[in-house]
Amino acid sequence: MSPAALSSPAALSLTGIEKRFGGVQALAGVALEIRAGQVLALLGENGAGKSTAVKIMTGVHRPDAGQVRIAGEVAELASPEVARQRGVAAVYQDALSFDDLSVAENLFMGHLITRRSGWAPRRGGWLDWKAMRSRAAAVLQSLEAEIDLDTPLGALSVAQKHRVSIARALTHDARVLILDEPTAALSSREVDDLFRIVRRLAAGGTALLFISHKLDEVFSIADRYTVFRDGRHVVDGLIAEADEASLVRAMVGRAITQVFPKATVEIGAPLLEVRELGNDVEFDGVSFTLNRGEVLGFYGLVGAGRTELMEALFGLTRPTRGEAAIDGRAIGRSPGESIEHGLVLVPEDRQRNGAFAALSIRENVALPSLRRLGRGPFLDEQAEERLARQVVERLAIKHASLSQSLSELSGGNQQKVVIGKWLATDPRVVILDEPTQGIDVGAKAAVHTFIGELVARGVGVILVSSELQEVMGVADRIAVMREGRLVRLIDRPDFDAKVIAASALGAGHESTALGAARGEAALGAGAPHPTEKEDAASRAS
Amino acid sequence: MQLLARRDATLALIIAALVAAIVWRAPVFASAGNLDTVLNDGAILTIMALAQMHALVTRGVDLSVGAVMALSGMLAALLSRAHPELPALLAMGVAAGSGLLLGAANGALIAGLAMPPIVVTLGTMSVYRGLVFVISGGAWVNAHELGAGFLRFPHERLLGLTWLTWIGVLVVAVCYLSLHHRRAGRELYALGGNPAAARYLGIDVARRELGVYSITGALAGLCGYLWVARYAVAYTETALGFEMQTIAACVIGGVSIRGGRGGVVGCLLGATFLVVLFNALPVIDVSPFWQMAISGATILVAVALNARGERRRSPSGRAGRTSIARGAPTAAAGAKAT
Repeated sequence: MSPAALSSPAALSLTGIEKRFGGVQALAGVALEIRAGQVLALLGENGAGKSTAVKIMTGVHRPDAGQVRIAGEVAELASPEVARQRGVAAVYQDALSFDDLSVAENLFMGHLITRRSGWAPRRGGWLDWKAMRSRAAAVLQSLEAEIDLDTPLGALSVAQKHRVSIARALTHDARVLILDEPTAALSSREVDDLFRIVRRLAAGGTALLFISHKLDEVFSIADRYTVFRDGRHVVDGLIAEADEASLVRAMVGRAITQVFPKATVEIGAPLLEVRELGNDVEFDGVSFTLNRGEVLGFYGLVGAGRTELMEALFGLTRPTRGEAAIDGRAIGRSPGESIEHGLVLVPEDRQRNGAFAALSIRENVALPSLRRLGRGPFLDEQAEERLARQVVERLAIKHASLSQSLSELSGGNQQKVVIGKWLATDPRVVILDEPTQGIDVGAKAAVHTFIGELVARGVGVILVSSELQEVMGVADRIAVMREGRLVRLIDRPDFDAKVIAASALGAGHESTALGAARGEAALGAGAPHPTEKEDAASRAS
Repeated sequence: MQLLARRDATLALIIAALVAAIVWRAPVFASAGNLDTVLNDGAILTIMALAQMHALVTRGVDLSVGAVMALSGMLAALLSRAHPELPALLAMGVAAGSGLLLGAANGALIAGLAMPPIVVTLGTMSVYRGLVFVISGGAWVNAHELGAGFLRFPHERLLGLTWLTWIGVLVVAVCYLSLHHRRAGRELYALGGNPAAARYLGIDVARRELGVYSITGALAGLCGYLWVARYAVAYTETALGFEMQTIAACVIGGVSIRGGRGGVVGCLLGATFLVVLFNALPVIDVSPFWQMAISGATILVAVALNARGERRRSPSGRAGRTSIARGAPTAAAGAKAT
């Protein structure tokens, strides 16, 4: 980050951009500047207008007012095609991919290189695989990605797919690269690799826009920041001069004094007991006890077997050995039985695994409780209605009517319905799998408050999270999983970011683990010093 | 649900307008005899459309219903030929029971081996149709070979309506209660709307699928008897291609072939619409050659309207449509929810 880089011209800028969708003002005059050779972090809560701004920069939407400038000139980005030709490319969290096509085909889909042939003189239909392959090889090499061009994309890991998405942007000479929540599905080591690539691209003169809800990542990768709130530009500046508290304040418009409010609840008698549970493949020898009113955090890297363990507990899969019981009654034979015994699992991908888009709000809420709500052989719609009304009021779900289909609600409200339907079953043990992934600061605080309410009622909560700060903030005890084993159970007084991160990574990585460094820095009081963190990051890589 | 009700009302109005127009052109359509034909034809199509709806709602389809009708109908006919004195209800029970077994075989393959319903039922469609040849030796069972009671029962009347019509009414009522007012029915909608999420609710997907295809099979068996008795003949091509009409009635009635959407009332209206159309076209002197084309075009219009309705309702619809229209990959990715 040289002084020259800081004053470099804007590769892409927005000024006074406005955009309405029907009655909703998505953007009400936003501005930002992405400069060549720098990483700009775009911050804001869900609904602040980040994605709409990205869509305007990539030509998906046209602004109602305001200007997009590319390298100083006013640009009319009439379509994604035009945006791409002008060198703007975006890599999304759920990267666009054609799983059954090869890596090479994915790289060039939409801008295939074609050539003339002797008997078909018009340029058009004939694919020039030779040109595409050599270009692809060169780009992948520049990203240090050793990926066979002929592998079907579906066979790659999430991190590799990401690499392909970035490579895809580079194959058409992107000068402005937008990374929208690129780290959500990556383990901390994969994040390190991604950041190394980002730094290299920046050093090569690419202008980068980085969107993430994880502030520690923003501090470790960005040079500058811009904050949006409610479709307006709030503030921008240098990351080196910012601190976490001021950024959060700018994003939510109020000071959040304690990011993770810990409810103090008396911990009661043992509720859920798990003994030596294993399934031969994903996890083994897992034993723990969950008590009434307790939040037990499960921390580990992606792939440590946490989700698989929870699915087995809930009865979605069969463990091959060990046992689990609530109040001495065995569970884990089927989800239906688990629900009857008071165990519910709120899955990680709530949209995919929880939302019934075509059904009404009432029907969605009532689904897990139908057994209880029945009146003889028939359903009791009045009882369903009452239950749905309670949930909707308690979680402040914005809706027109309870018989509205779920698909008519906004994404955030849909999520609330999905969580609400599980609460409506009056559970005794709630497993929350990554409940705050990809949601904004305000919604996150709401989830944590809600965990507090659950334990206050004597419910036992298992919180699976890949965010160390969150687990440390909310849990009474932390179970650390690594490679399918529960390697450590730590009580709240002994919480130590370094120890927990090191346990999750395994011995041997402890001194160099960026995960530990990031966790520690994020937990440090006040402003983490960016340069120190960058040093830690570069040491780790 | 509100939107579904509005759609049903629209379809009912269209049917009313269609009937009015037909009666205006050809008053004979409104004659008692013709209305009886419409009701009797309508009963069989309605029952089978409701059966098909069970499969469609769960994101499946049952292509074997026409073949099951032929096979069960032939079994009942052979039984009646061998023992003409047996009561009609017994023949009906044999037909429905054999249909249930054939359907359960479909269900076992779909649920047990996790095979796609379209593939399984495409296969069993041929197998079952082939079995009709095997058990009948390719020969017809004609009216004079069938028992008198066997033939008479569907046409006998109670309160002015034929038993065939009453059976249709009964099936509509039972389907309405079980799909819309019982847990099992609600779970079918959940299962079809989002199979992944249904597992988390503790819905036993395999059991439900087995149930669905057993129901489509049993109703197809029942209709096999009704068909043979009504037309007084059982042969290898009984109800050939009828599965397509059942799907068409569902689609016109607003049942989504992508699962999770559709209701008994809409399905009944869809079947009514098709039956009115099929019966009216000859009455108003439309060439039989045009009849298939016209019913096909109707289905396309219905699907187009359904697709539009579904898109307008979802908040992400706008972005989705833009990106599809432009066909650019980055736009499709850009459609990700804000």
